[in-house]
Amino acid sequence: MKRHLISAADLTKDDALLILDTAEELARVSERSVKKLPTLRGRTVVNLFFEDSTRTRISFEAAAKRLSADVINFSAKGSSVSKGESLKDTALTLEAMGADAVVIRHRASGAPHRLASWVRGSVLNAGDGTHEHPTQALLDAFTMRRRLGGLDGRRVAIVGDVLHSRVARSNVLLLNTLGAEVTLVAPPTLLPVSVETWPCAVSYDLDAVLPKSDAVMMLRVQRERMNAAYFPSAREYSRRYGLDAHRLARMPEDAVVMHPGPMNRGMEIAAEVADSARSTVVEQVANGVTIRMAVLYLLLGGATFEGGTR
Amino acid sequence: MADAVPHAHDRARDRDPSAAPDGARGGRDRSHSPSASSGPSSQAPSQPRAVLEGPDINRALIRIAHEILERTKGAEDVVLLGIPTRGVQLAARLARHIEQFEGARVPHGSLDVTMYRDDLRLRPARALGATRLPPDGIDDRIVVLVDDVLYSGRTVRAALDALNDLGRPRAVQLAALVDRGHRELPIRADYVGKNLPTAKSETVKVYLDEVDDRDAVVLIKKERP
Repeated sequence: MKRHLISAADLTKDDALLILDTAEELARVSERSVKKLPTLRGRTVVNLFFEDSTRTRISFEAAAKRLSADVINFSAKGSSVSKGESLKDTALTLEAMGADAVVIRHRASGAPHRLASWVRGSVLNAGDGTHEHPTQALLDAFTMRRRLGGLDGRRVAIVGDVLHSRVARSNVLLLNTLGAEVTLVAPPTLLPVSVETWPCAVSYDLDAVLPKSDAVMMLRVQRERMNAAYFPSAREYSRRYGLDAHRLARMPEDAVVMHPGPMNRGMEIAAEVADSARSTVVEQVANGVTIRMAVLYLLLGGATFEGGTR
Repeated sequence: MADAVPHAHDRARDRDPSAAPDGARGGRDRSHSPSASSGPSSQAPSQPRAVLEGPDINRALIRIAHEILERTKGAEDVVLLGIPTRGVQLAARLARHIEQFEGARVPHGSLDVTMYRDDLRLRPARALGATRLPPDGIDDRIVVLVDDVLYSGRTVRAALDALNDLGRPRAVQLAALVDRGHRELPIRADYVGKNLPTAKSETVKVYLDEVDDRDAVVLIKKERP
């Protein structure tokens, strides 16, 4: 494995399977009464969050603590960043504090990549702009593998605001690595320009794709990133691309419904679908801690060498 | 019953030259050896020697099973936990033997110690083995840890730490198929299949039918470069 986890494309199939298999064992730790392992004792993990996040930050914090690492949380609000400190100076400060890993979320695509050239520790991308969110893709793959029994040849539909979604990009790359067939479903205005270069199919018709899908991943409509009218109205979007009980009924019996959260209930996903037994939303959160433990262990647990961990 | 088999008795019996040569490893070692140029022997591996073979392993396990029954007065409350990878199969075999002799069902499982090792930072992060405890857990039980080779004792130290996070056994005992000496910690085995005097430069390899399609304990001599 490489020393950093910045893009889902950094992972080979063997890397990805090693992470999923490691997570499978670590999931049992969460079921014990003592939910802690001594593995990263004495190591420091810095959570560097320039953008609001609840579940990802808490998830990384819980994962690092369960491996006995020291965790320093750093959020841009109330820090020197609001006084205008640059990313590089922040990085140098963390470096001086001896961070073994920096988990970064930043509104600018490419920030983790920049950071990786300034610090000695591992950099883990926890979401950068509209670029990538590799640990989300890993936890989604882990959730699907547990529910569906495997990913090879499975058909996954990713529906909604692909244009603003780092989750979609990371998922397409990782699922392709793991042998699944991905179809993006979105209005043409919410697809990135370069989508034809992505290793996946594209459709504008949700009703045609659903009956052939083993898993459907609903993306959040990211209004905070939208500065133009991408669709006529929320109601129109919901009618064409929202997942309601009627549409759920058209999917295969054992197909699952996923959402990376936070959900806009009634917009891209109906409340009754989000709360149904087919929905994996709550599992995804629990699996997030497990998968991040696996990633932290594999990046920090062993000897580190120039350029990678093996 | 004796706690451990005397060395002299074992060594007299184990001069079996029929060990399958470990070609790849022998070849690699040999290529660094100063004696590599000394004629036909340069193609020979560095003398892997079978120390236990075929039924020897089960004989040793049968004796350990009897010792466990004797020491724990019928193996009541005993839980056998194998340390991956080969310890798991050994624990399962011991459970089978104990059930054969006394009809007592002994719960068995596996205990992975990777996350508790003290040498994690000396090697790249490695894949985890399985930890599978019997459904009734280990609280207030007599846990017998089962490993294939007892060497530095560091694996057992890690196993004791791992147990600590999983419950509170009444007692913990240790069974090893081979004790090769060179302890680096104050740890000893309660049940030993075979005491095997070794040099630190040698490697002991255990093969089990379940995973390797044969039963054997092989001693590989490494020649110094």
